[in-house]
Amino acid sequence: MLDIATAYNKYSFLGNEFLTWLWFMVETGQDITQAIESRDPVSLDIGNSLVLENSLGDNAREKITIKGDQAGLEEGTTALKKGAKVTEMNLICKLGPEEEYHFTLKGDSFNITGLKTPAAAGDGSDDEIEGRIIEKALLLFRITQVIDTLFFTFLKQRTADDWKHKGFDPMRTWIYND
Amino acid sequence: MGFLSATLSMSRYHILDTFDTEPMEQVRNGLIQHAIPKMENEYEEISAGWTPFESPYLPDFDQFSFIFGSYFLFSLRIDKKSIPAKLVHKHMAIEIEKKKADSGRDFISKNEKSEIKETIMDVLMHKMPSIPNVYDVLWDYEAKTLFLLTTQKAANEFFETLFFKSFHLKPVRLFPYTLVETKSAFSSTQKDRILTLTPLHFSR
Repeated sequence: MLDIATAYNKYSFLGNEFLTWLWFMVETGQDITQAIESRDPVSLDIGNSLVLENSLGDNAREKITIKGDQAGLEEGTTALKKGAKVTEMNLICKLGPEEEYHFTLKGDSFNITGLKTPAAAGDGSDDEIEGRIIEKALLLFRITQVIDTLFFTFLKQRTADDWKHKGFDPMRTWIYND
Repeated sequence: MGFLSATLSMSRYHILDTFDTEPMEQVRNGLIQHAIPKMENEYEEISAGWTPFESPYLPDFDQFSFIFGSYFLFSLRIDKKSIPAKLVHKHMAIEIEKKKADSGRDFISKNEKSEIKETIMDVLMHKMPSIPNVYDVLWDYEAKTLFLLTTQKAANEFFETLFFKSFHLKPVRLFPYTLVETKSAFSSTQKDRILTLTPLHFSR
């Protein structure tokens, strides 16, 4: 393995590109379940915040933050046209008919913040604490597994021979609304 | 309890290697050996250690379990004393005036000011109670995966140091590169292709 600090900086762009790809998948109505070959239905929606960053040279950076439940994301695609990258995205992920997760994912660190899982069952009594812990743990592992599977699916496409034709060109068409 | 809160934040780790024998015992020993002291050390600015999830302020691993199903769940507690700058400023002003009055001079030297500040910091540090911060740790030993329920850089650094000291296993932060290296099923050829990728440019 490479030196961790070097690798963190060198490959953080993969995380940012992954978020851009997720946004593209959602906006163009791609079938997430099929994309990750999941047995159970998986759907994604963009939540209430999106952060993009654009390097302006000389270590200067432009940061574009779009927030709000009904916020339009047009400014985001405009920023993409100018070369900005998605660095942070709030997502709503539905697994099966009932499980809904809300969270913000950072592209460079894969840190997850503001994660709301479905409520763990139980009345909160001490007797039930072990059950609640196990259930919560399962929910956390389930959502991180979905995130990882999505990321690996993106990388598989990104390194495929037909990436330009099947991945890059459609994303660019979406960005420029051609 | 952070872990059972409605909303949480977390950073993720891959744990390199495993114990040769009896993981539960090894984890128990590591937690007990590096548990946060029950009594606060009034001379330490920062102290950090493990504590049971269900009892963050009474670090007794004999009374409280860290095993829940197939998971290990415990907490990292970091106790930190912090002295507000305004409090230092107030005591400095008082002591400087006192020193001037005692010496009969209308000024004091830079060195004297430094000495006064050092004394004040010592006194306040001893008087000031530590503020505890508790971060839960969920560890799936079999899957070599661990969640630390915070994304604060300082807490991550404390965790990484203390974890290695306690269990002699290296926690590797999971981010794009380390995810590919440790958690993916990519072949070495596929990994090589990923690692030679360069950033996309959508601008025309």
